[in-house]
Amino acid sequence: MKQHATAVASLVGAVKNYGSLTALDGLDLMLHRGELLALLGPNGAGKSTAIGLLLGLIRADAGRVELFGEEPQSLRARRRVGVMLQSASLPQTLRVGELLRLTMSYYPSPRTLDDCANLAGITDLLLRPYAKLSGGQQRRVQFAMALCGRPELLFLDEPTVGMDIEARQRLWTAIRGLVAEGCAVVLTTHYLEEAEALAQRVVVLAKGRVISEGSVDALRSRVSLTRIRCITDLDEVAVARWANVASVEREQRYLQICTDAPENLLRRLLDADPAVTELEVRRAGLAEAFTELTRETTTTQEAA
Amino acid sequence: MATVDAGSTGLIDAGEMPWRRLLAAYVAEARSECLRYLRAPGFLLPVTLFPTMFYLLFGIVMNRGGHADIARYLLASYSVFGVMSPGLFGFGVSLAIERDNGLLTLKRALPMPPGAYLLGKMLMAMLAAGAVVMLLLALAMGLAQVSVAPGQAGQLLLTGMLGVLPFCAMGMFIGTLVKGQGAPGVLNLIYLPMSFLSGLWVPLSMLPATLQHIAPIWPSAHLQALALAAMGLSRAASAWPHVLVLGAYAAVFLLLAARRLRRHG
Repeated sequence: MKQHATAVASLVGAVKNYGSLTALDGLDLMLHRGELLALLGPNGAGKSTAIGLLLGLIRADAGRVELFGEEPQSLRARRRVGVMLQSASLPQTLRVGELLRLTMSYYPSPRTLDDCANLAGITDLLLRPYAKLSGGQQRRVQFAMALCGRPELLFLDEPTVGMDIEARQRLWTAIRGLVAEGCAVVLTTHYLEEAEALAQRVVVLAKGRVISEGSVDALRSRVSLTRIRCITDLDEVAVARWANVASVEREQRYLQICTDAPENLLRRLLDADPAVTELEVRRAGLAEAFTELTRETTTTQEAA
Repeated sequence: MATVDAGSTGLIDAGEMPWRRLLAAYVAEARSECLRYLRAPGFLLPVTLFPTMFYLLFGIVMNRGGHADIARYLLASYSVFGVMSPGLFGFGVSLAIERDNGLLTLKRALPMPPGAYLLGKMLMAMLAAGAVVMLLLALAMGLAQVSVAPGQAGQLLLTGMLGVLPFCAMGMFIGTLVKGQGAPGVLNLIYLPMSFLSGLWVPLSMLPATLQHIAPIWPSAHLQALALAAMGLSRAASAWPHVLVLGAYAAVFLLLAARRLRRHG
């Protein structure tokens, strides 16, 4: 990847302390044109602080923060950025169209109102007061506000919280469209399937540092577990004592086994119970990888 | 991954904004700020009802003899009382709440032009103050038969709309100190005693001597002097000292508030 020429924003050795608490501990982060970066990490890992620095909401105690080659506080730089924050309560008595027009007025060459509404799927909401919308609808309005200024960099902090599946899919399609146009996107999310579906690059933070960085596949391959699920009468306590078994769980008739040697385990399983039905073998997803990664850091840090 | 040519696609002037659009952003911000409060009865009703009800009660109903001078004096007093609240509450409460609920953070992240947020609130407070003065004028002239010359009415309106500014600055400063729902209580603790102590409810001359002596420290006392002058009830030689004191109040609180906002957000 040609990374050098395409950086739109960067954190270099960023340090931020809140009193005795270290939120960011020398974080390096590069954002590139046309790339969707998912920023993951447990609560308190420093995701919000990193975004706050890039948006110029807070200042770093040490290190360098750049937004389009300028200070993030610069109005010029922020006119090229769209934002959807996690918790922002907008003026309740304004109508959706009014909120959008106001946000559009901040940008040099915004999209048309119809364009924004179409992209965010809120054409039928434009005349409604913001307070009368459901949580998912309010999120979609906030998304429209984020993209209305034709941003080259878009920050989406937990964008799909409160949305139903259909709305979420539509939002994903819209995000993919923006990325294809060359917009860089920073996404933080608790839904790992969202990162899995959208991200080209995943950065996992813990305790204010990057603990893993790479493509979704690369991250997934760091966790070598496979999940086996089937209906069997075998006793889970006995199965847990087999070789290569990481964990066993029973949900009524189903047994779920996690293993790092699926071939061996399958052979033994089918031998032990010829009556196995509904067998299902699946590589660990981003969720398992994420749990594993963050668990590793906590245990190594506790051991240290 | 999509191939991207970050080359010479006019990125040089990216982020620049023509002044017309910049001006439009200020107008849009002010317009939204006014609209959202005009549609919020929780703000508009107390601001307009309290001074008008007090005036109806004390200036008209209780004023049995129908003394035009009392009704005239109270028109000035309650105008000041009514003008203080959009400044203190419109600015203070909304800033305290918006610092708490994330709206101010979002505004800071968005490329809103500098000061548009505060200018919008200021304009809204001035309009609300103007509306309160108009309502009181209508009551005084319509029900209490106070004779007000057009020039006097205009002067009272101007006094109210500009006189709201020092209270905007005070409200803003308090809004930077208190966060969220605690603000209305704190502001009432300032608003109501200050109104009483500067002779808005009971004329200063009827208050104890010590209270009369300390009255000049309250900005509302100076605004009342200006409002009385507008009604032709002033014995003072010049209005300028009062204007200067109010200007100083506005400047000091604005600076204090701006400093706190910049440091603490």
